[in-house]
Amino acid sequence: MTTIDPTILWTVIIGLAIGSFGLRFAFIGLMANRTMPAWLMRHLRYTAVAIIPALVAPLVAWPTPTGGVTSLPHLLAAGVTLAVGLLSKNVLAAMAGGGATLFGLLYLFG
Amino acid sequence: MPFTTTKSAFWKGFRDSAPFILVSGPFGLLFGVLAAEAGLIVPEAFAFSMAVFAGSAQFTALQLMQENAPVFIVLISALAVNLRVAMYSASLTPYLGSAPLWQRALAAYLTVDQAYALSIVQFENEPKMTVPQRMAYFFGTNGLVAPVWMIATITGVLVGSQIPASWGLDFVLPLAFLAMIGPMLRTPAHLAACFAAIVTALFAVVLPYNLGLIVAGLVGMMVGAQVELWLEQRKTKVEVPQ
Repeated sequence: MTTIDPTILWTVIIGLAIGSFGLRFAFIGLMANRTMPAWLMRHLRYTAVAIIPALVAPLVAWPTPTGGVTSLPHLLAAGVTLAVGLLSKNVLAAMAGGGATLFGLLYLFG
Repeated sequence: MPFTTTKSAFWKGFRDSAPFILVSGPFGLLFGVLAAEAGLIVPEAFAFSMAVFAGSAQFTALQLMQENAPVFIVLISALAVNLRVAMYSASLTPYLGSAPLWQRALAAYLTVDQAYALSIVQFENEPKMTVPQRMAYFFGTNGLVAPVWMIATITGVLVGSQIPASWGLDFVLPLAFLAMIGPMLRTPAHLAACFAAIVTALFAVVLPYNLGLIVAGLVGMMVGAQVELWLEQRKTKVEVPQ
């Protein structure tokens, strides 16, 4: 794992602070009585469920801890986490299930 | 029960939000631990949580910075993950839009998942609430969660700097993201968006500058929107002949 350059870190913190506030203030602060076009709202509804899986997929397929080699414990842990979250709708239960699977399998076979 | 004062509205929000500290506490802690693993010190991690105050965006930025992604990719991706707060803002506007500007600015900063989810239900169930009462309720929902998030971050950094690298926490961040995704997948359109994004992301890793993430995100959004539209049209077609 590489250490993060402080200049990059602070640029990101400040950029995200401004950007996040901008997103939150956009409507309640500025567009008081205007509504957004339906097509835009329809796309915005899927940003989180698209971006987060897109971020995770390569990390699961080629995990950092194994140096990018596809590994069964990591795949199974990812599957359990997603399945528990999907069925229980509980973030913490999903996290616990996935963590237990990963460390259990690594302990048994690692 | 109708509110008599803005004070009681604040405390109602405060009480309603109590269960959510069980989510924001551990996640703040996890952010702190992973930030420490990435080499961040307490003031950096605290400034991060304080200034940005958006869990999933913070996790995204942390992951991408460790992958040495270019700054603009880090910013676009983290903000994209957080685009839903713009929807929250839009949806709260009819209820809070006429409050004073400084209150709206503060409310904007505090617009997070649990504050929105609790408030929108409260406002819909009790249409007679006055605007000051609504604002008070909204602030109340953050009375516990915001401090817990900040304190948990600091605690996490202090704990994380004691954890040896050999514990293999590298994979905890992907698991945390996966845990967040499960409960978000409520409709077939969500599932379609998620699946399309995953497939595209796996192929798009060949693109430079982590651009694959942006491409996969856009593909997922378009697929989700199209499936939603398609399902709606099919529903109206079925309903019309009846």
